[in-house]
Amino acid sequence: MKEPVQKEYPRQLEGEKVPMVRFRDVTKRYGDLVVLDSLDLDVDEGEMVTIIGPSGSGKTTVLRMLMALEKINSGIIYVDGQPMTHMPKNGALTWADEKYLRRQRTNIGMCFQHFNLFPHMTALENCIEAPIQVLVLNKKAAVERAEGLLDMVGMLEKAGEHPSRLSGGQQQRVAIARALAMRPKVLLFDEVTSALDPEVIGEVTQVIRKLVNKHNLTMLMVTHQMGFAREISDRVCFFYDGKIEEQGPPEEIFGAPQSERTQQFLGAVLEAT
Amino acid sequence: MFDWRWAFVADILPRLLKATGNTVLAALLGYGIAAILGLVFALAQRTAIASVNRTVREVVEFIRSTPLVLQIFFVFYVGPQFGITLSPWAAGMIAIGLHYASYLSEVYRAGIEGVPKGQWEAALSLSLSPVRTYSRIIIPQAIPTAFAGMGNYFVGIFKDTPMLSVIGVAELMHTANAIGSEHYRFLEPYTLVGGIFLAISLPTAALLRRLEARIRRKMGLRPR
Repeated sequence: MKEPVQKEYPRQLEGEKVPMVRFRDVTKRYGDLVVLDSLDLDVDEGEMVTIIGPSGSGKTTVLRMLMALEKINSGIIYVDGQPMTHMPKNGALTWADEKYLRRQRTNIGMCFQHFNLFPHMTALENCIEAPIQVLVLNKKAAVERAEGLLDMVGMLEKAGEHPSRLSGGQQQRVAIARALAMRPKVLLFDEVTSALDPEVIGEVTQVIRKLVNKHNLTMLMVTHQMGFAREISDRVCFFYDGKIEEQGPPEEIFGAPQSERTQQFLGAVLEAT
Repeated sequence: MFDWRWAFVADILPRLLKATGNTVLAALLGYGIAAILGLVFALAQRTAIASVNRTVREVVEFIRSTPLVLQIFFVFYVGPQFGITLSPWAAGMIAIGLHYASYLSEVYRAGIEGVPKGQWEAALSLSLSPVRTYSRIIIPQAIPTAFAGMGNYFVGIFKDTPMLSVIGVAELMHTANAIGSEHYRFLEPYTLVGGIFLAISLPTAALLRRLEARIRRKMGLRPR
């Protein structure tokens, strides 16, 4: 159930340094189960934030709430200074309706664990569908943009193939190109390598590495690959029980974790790998 | 005893073949109505509006639980009492279209529900509108699943068209009955009707199976 907007939140974020993403008091419950517990999280423009933690800690939920795949129970999320979960109405903020959400979602792109490419479309068609329908690009411009992105992820040669003819790693690279084709400000990676065979994980992480180096894109990544998280993140957030237990630069989180839970988790994970 | 007259067959065959045209037309028209109305029923059952949802579900359940013949009689004979007077063709098409729409809506529903959740989420994450999501993402993927059921009901509607004879639609069965009572001979007309139905049903079913395999291939899915 959604609760009324109980607090006064600013209608938009202003000032010198507006974060690209801001979670304020965000709570998400499934029945009695609290998945996110008054979460506060700011992500700066161009920052790469990695979310780690045990399963059930709410890490994937953070991305799903930000993408507005599901609704939050209380709190507010801003993207690029504008409310995402709420919309201005009669001078106040109310819960966002579908139409408002659809517009706000264009700021965010998401890559899923199971790729979720459209199986009846070729790689190229996957990448031009939304730009044509939503951004109202003409077909030529959309194809040009898509081909550029498919080239960037090393999939231009396979542009005419259907997903069923591509390997998992190839599908995930197409999915990244598809998300980028919408020119999002924020890109979300939800365990994008978890469903991949070990030998193709590298081709996907390579693409993400490229994005970090090339674009001034804000990224949030949920991953189990600690080595990659350590190498690529500006900041690592360790989630536990729907809250951020500890966060900081990767050297600190991985090198000298303060919280006992973080130490335990990392100990167990590093033991296993 | 067994007394098959070829001369009589030759005599009545042209009349029966002419009526076959009506039978095929009735099947195609009825199916066309059912296919579109069925989609409306299926989508209406998926809306967030609870009252629409429940009403349509109950209408579908009601239609599926009563015989087609009764529905045909009802539309044709009871309709006029409410000021709705329809020709046999119109009444028949409405009845058969509604009847099969409620079956097809279940086929569509199963097809739509068979599309993985991740496809909806991908469409959401790309900001596609609900109409685009259905028309470009969900329905194209639901069709391969639904196609087998849709094909079965196409053959089914064709085989149910004789029921229209009860309100006087001049299709095959109606014509065979007329011939029979004119000549007091039923063996040849009924046998021919059976033969004609078989001659159309069997190749149609085979064709539909091949079409299904082709659609699955085109969608990049494995053959069943």
